Amino acid sequence: MNNVVQGLQLMPISYYISFCSILFVIGMIGVLIKRNALVIFMSIELMLNSINLLLAAFSVYHNDPAGQILVIFIMVVAAAEVAVGLSILVVTYRKNNSIDVNLLNQLKG
Amino acid sequence: MNTLAALVPILPLLSFLVIGLNFRRLPKPVTSILACGSVLVSFIFSVVLFFHIKGGNPTVNVTLFEWIPAAATSLGFSFVVDPLSSLMLLIVTGVGFLIHVYSIGYMHDDEGFNRFFSYMNLFVFSMLVLVLGSNYLMMFIGWEGVGLCSYLLIGFWFKNQAYNNAAKKAFIMNRIGDLGFLLGMFILYVQFGSLDYQTVFAKASLLESGNLILTIATMLLFVGAIGKSAQIPLFTWLPDAMAGPTPVSALIHAATMVTAGVYMVARSHALYILAPATMMVIAVIGITTALFAATIAIFQNDIKKVLAYSTVSQLGYMFVGLGMGAFTGAMFHLTTHAFFKALLFLAAGSVIHAMGGEQDIRKMGGLKKALPITWLVFLAGTIAISGIPPFSGFFSKDEILLHAYEQNKVIWVLGILGSLMTAFYMFRLFYLTFAGMFRGTDKQKQHLHESPKSMTIPLIILAVLAVAGGLLNIPAVFGGSSSLNTFLSPIFGSGVEPVGEVSYGTEILLMSIAVIGSLAMIGFAWFRFVKTATIPVTDGIKRPALSNLLYHKYYIDEIYQFLIEKPVLWLSDIMHLFDVYVIDKTVNFVGNATVWLGKQSGFLQTGNIGFYLIAMVLSIVAFLVFGLMI
Repeated sequence: MNNVVQGLQLMPISYYISFCSILFVIGMIGVLIKRNALVIFMSIELMLNSINLLLAAFSVYHNDPAGQILVIFIMVVAAAEVAVGLSILVVTYRKNNSIDVNLLNQLKG
Repeated sequence: MNTLAALVPILPLLSFLVIGLNFRRLPKPVTSILACGSVLVSFIFSVVLFFHIKGGNPTVNVTLFEWIPAAATSLGFSFVVDPLSSLMLLIVTGVGFLIHVYSIGYMHDDEGFNRFFSYMNLFVFSMLVLVLGSNYLMMFIGWEGVGLCSYLLIGFWFKNQAYNNAAKKAFIMNRIGDLGFLLGMFILYVQFGSLDYQTVFAKASLLESGNLILTIATMLLFVGAIGKSAQIPLFTWLPDAMAGPTPVSALIHAATMVTAGVYMVARSHALYILAPATMMVIAVIGITTALFAATIAIFQNDIKKVLAYSTVSQLGYMFVGLGMGAFTGAMFHLTTHAFFKALLFLAAGSVIHAMGGEQDIRKMGGLKKALPITWLVFLAGTIAISGIPPFSGFFSKDEILLHAYEQNKVIWVLGILGSLMTAFYMFRLFYLTFAGMFRGTDKQKQHLHESPKSMTIPLIILAVLAVAGGLLNIPAVFGGSSSLNTFLSPIFGSGVEPVGEVSYGTEILLMSIAVIGSLAMIGFAWFRFVKTATIPVTDGIKRPALSNLLYHKYYIDEIYQFLIEKPVLWLSDIMHLFDVYVIDKTVNFVGNATVWLGKQSGFLQTGNIGFYLIAMVLSIVAFLVFGLMI
């Protein structure tokens, strides 16, 4: 196990940071430009997981398991959030026969 | 004994609750039995308590619960039965019971029968709390309670707007007095750290006579008495209060509530004897009111108004007694007055009942034949109030006048003058009502009838009391033992012993002056209203200046209207403008501005989720950049 940790620590942290940032921005752009609510959800998951990955990386580098525990927490919350979000999607689909988020504009002032 | 003392006020309260909560359902007989029965049982308990106290037993103290446990002191919801309050208990429950019985007959056809009796029971409860309370706060609760019941009962026939106005007038005028009472209470609390009678009196007795704070406190308490007991300048509500049903006038506005002020001063005598300035003010206001009201009564033509002004005048006498230090005399007059004035009012109610609601004595006359019992009891009451021996009014009024003679000859002379006027206006009322020819319509004449038994029996009992009430306190000069003095001496102490300086000869002489004067005035009244059968002029015909002034009650109401009501209305008009143009405008501006801002910023809510997301991302980025820059 120590070998794995040491092996991981050989790789510079900046690689992880760059990789995660790229993943995060991809996710963010997906959220911004997609109209399909399902894809938006997937993008959000991408953003969340990029953060998870970063947390795990930091955790390894600092030899502190707290970061990994936090990752588990985030996954749990994300799962709950997805459950709620998907049920909203189902309702939206029943109402509009579509999951295009641009149709959800009835609350405009 | 403790339980009895607690039950005395609680029974009428229970009866009030039962009747008041079921006033649409209860049949009239049930209401009558409940209302009268509860007061009767209270009366029986009061008699037991009275003899318990009279037997030399110590005072009965009952604390129902600790009401306001404060840091330094504690105010209990507690009652005290001592000679003074046991005397008042007898008056309130005894006279109250008779008037309740009378009301059954008087109010029989009224649709508000149950409502009436629930109010009456509430009144009896409040009055009992007032007299039984063992601290000023308890007295204040009762004080406000009787004020409320007075308001409710004056405006009992609330469909008549004039009656409502009379009720409001009584309430507001009482409120002015209550403010004084409240302030006086605050001063006592600040000064002595307690409102409990015993504590306050004990601490006050350590102060020297004429202490400034004590003078102010007693003056303020007396302001309360002025309002409640209808003295100058707050007396005008009492004549208007005659709008209520006649039993109410008898119970509240003659026998009990209006004497609360007298009771309060007598109860606080330990404070008042230390404030000679206040005592003087009380005596002056009392004698002024006595004369003032008596002069007005001479020219009134409404049977109840005459009695109302007479009540104001007699209350003035009680305050003269208090001011002269004759606390027992004042309480004695209070007692006899409760008897004969309740009697007179109830008899007047019987007359009004027979006349089908007519109250103008110019339209009465010759009622002696149709109403023999009423005639007899009215005569008894009239003689009693006129101060003819051996009727009760003679003894009580004489005791007050004797003290006045001893201390201040001017007040004595004015007092005699007032009592002469009393004899005149009362016999004027009596002759105009019962003597001579009937002056009403034929329809009224056929309708004339003696009242039912439930009304006449209380009248007869009260008449006996009015005749014999003087036996309570026969002065030593007639071989009596001044038993009321002895009875009340634990309360009033040695400060008000029977007059010692005036010799028996002088005392007899003074009495003779009053009696002969009164007899002369009765003769004059007989000559004017029976022999020459003068009828007061009808309205609209011009009167001589003086009688016009008196007929219009010195224009006091008009003066108050001009001096107080008009300025207040002007002020409220100005305040109304301020309200409309400043306060309303400000509030509306805030609301309008919010709505306007909302409309202006509404374009931000496009409803496009993509736009929201971009705005969110850009904002977060902006925050991050901002955070990095710092």
